Amino acid sequence: MNPAPVSTWTEFTEGLWERNPVFVMVLGMCPTMAITTSAINSISMGLATTFVLTTSCLLISMLRHMIPKDVRIATYIVIIATFVTVVDYAIQAISLSMYEALGAYIQLIVANCLVLGRAEAHAARNPPWASAVNATGIGLGFTLGLTMIGAVREILGSGTLLGISLFGSHYQPWVVMILPPGGFFVMGLWLLLFSIVRKHRKSAADAVKEGCHGA
Amino acid sequence: MSTEKLSSASPGTEPGAEDTPTTPTFAMMRTLGIVSAICGMIIVGSYLVTLPAAKANRRIATERAVFKVLPEAKSINEYISLPGGVIESAKEGDLPPGAVKFYAAYDAGGKLSGIAAEGSAKGYAEAVRIMFGYKPECQCIVGIGVVSMRETPGIGDKIQVDKDFLANFESLDVKLNKELTALANKVETVRHGTKANPWQIDAITGATVTSRAVGKGINDAAQLLMPRLLPKLEKIKEKS
Amino acid sequence: MERESIGQILLVSILSGNFVLAMFLGMCPFLGVTHRIAVAAPLGLATTFVIVIACVSAYALNIVLSILHLEFLRLICYIVVIAAAVQLVEMFVKKQSPSLFRALGIYLPLITTNCAVLGVALYQTAREYDFIQSLTFALGGGFGFTLALVLLASVRERVQLSNVPDVLHGTALTLMLGGILSLAFMGFAGIG
Repeated sequence: MNPAPVSTWTEFTEGLWERNPVFVMVLGMCPTMAITTSAINSISMGLATTFVLTTSCLLISMLRHMIPKDVRIATYIVIIATFVTVVDYAIQAISLSMYEALGAYIQLIVANCLVLGRAEAHAARNPPWASAVNATGIGLGFTLGLTMIGAVREILGSGTLLGISLFGSHYQPWVVMILPPGGFFVMGLWLLLFSIVRKHRKSAADAVKEGCHGA
Repeated sequence: MSTEKLSSASPGTEPGAEDTPTTPTFAMMRTLGIVSAICGMIIVGSYLVTLPAAKANRRIATERAVFKVLPEAKSINEYISLPGGVIESAKEGDLPPGAVKFYAAYDAGGKLSGIAAEGSAKGYAEAVRIMFGYKPECQCIVGIGVVSMRETPGIGDKIQVDKDFLANFESLDVKLNKELTALANKVETVRHGTKANPWQIDAITGATVTSRAVGKGINDAAQLLMPRLLPKLEKIKEKS
Repeated sequence: MERESIGQILLVSILSGNFVLAMFLGMCPFLGVTHRIAVAAPLGLATTFVIVIACVSAYALNIVLSILHLEFLRLICYIVVIAAAVQLVEMFVKKQSPSLFRALGIYLPLITTNCAVLGVALYQTAREYDFIQSLTFALGGGFGFTLALVLLASVRERVQLSNVPDVLHGTALTLMLGGILSLAFMGFAGIG
């Protein structure tokens, strides 16, 4: 039932670009909009989600043969909730200010469609190593997507990047960028950019094809 | 892989539904049981491992807030004030009902240099928590620090940096009335520029809601704590 | 801290603290199911129903867990109860209206992972609401969620008949529209 074995590298990288969870699969949007008010918040949330993804998919993959079909969703949810609780405590122990910044959204990782979706689509059918690698790749892709949005919002909305002031004190921040509407707009703009790039690539490829036919 | 018995008690079977065999209840229970056991152990384990570090972080954050509002302080003792006025050392765990926590700060010589306590009130988004420093000699508040807030960036969060606003708290009057039952004058936030009395706070223009939250938080906390505390100050004048 | 009044909670949860437009909870259905009002509205109501169940269960669970000092099991208990509630709603809708069941498709079981449902439980616990406050919060939040969904669906239905540039089609457009809606709701800020 499994297709030809996929190389580890492919497993890892598919989540970074081709199937980037933020911009391609558009999954896990709740934290994406809420948390991306600064680059550092985005990175932290992304890494926390990556941790939950990797550990949950690993455990689910190891137990995949003994989980009956009927209760699989409930079981996945329990396992995911466990690791979210772990990461919640871990962040409290590492940095209280980060914990306050991320707030309720840490616990909401358990409701992130991305994690459950990955478990169902991949971890349930693949051996532990492949599952863990793929999950890490997807998680890092998620982090990348979040950071792209967070960096733009931070630069425009606070004039800083990673806390370092970029434009000096005279910069009038575009405050709406760090408020909720800003999340919608920046994400929409990134998608628009990718859409334009894709369209250009496609028309360039089409032009080449026509050239071949014509010649 | 097919299952032999179709348990009538297995959940998810509808009468006359699919003819795909359903998993026996026992297998489901067994799986859920084992998974729950594993997960339970993971959670408890990580909780115990991270508890010391998390507690240390919280303590450090509180201490930093207290030292910020009472700069001459060198050490802190945590106390709780119970409804009758009795003062006790703060212990681990939940506060007894009606108790208020405060921090007694001592200078290098072990003498009481001030009291710090938290007040909070709802601002624009969520609760705005303020740590304020109080000196018994003048019965006034000498400084504030923001413990946590989620106010509008660029507007509400000015309470942390606006110099004029912070100047309100260099000697905010919180004297008690003659009967020592409440503050003589309610701490209140007034429109920017209309401050006339030492117990009023000039709001930040354009950030009225957040400024009011600060005033309300301080007033509520002071009304509760000061009447209980002032008569009993002797007990904590020296560092024990 | 002073107790929030019922009116305050209602106004905030529907308008200035709208679950979708201000707190970003429930984005998946917001982006995914708002192409038609006829589908968006029932999903909103089904979600509201689950939110109310979740709120009541969370309140009861929290009391039990606090007594037993098992607070660290809170998240797991909440999400498992939500999953069970969604299962119930699914079976109910399947029996009552099979056409609606097909129309909602995958989004009905996805209510389990709807951040709004878990969010209600978590927020009411964090803010230490009592029972009436929690119930108000749940009803207001669910109503606000449905409102946002229906508003966006109405706009999207209209936009389908307009001249939209190719590159903007799909999620990018939905996000822009959502952003404008969110901006509009910011006008309610300060209420309550």
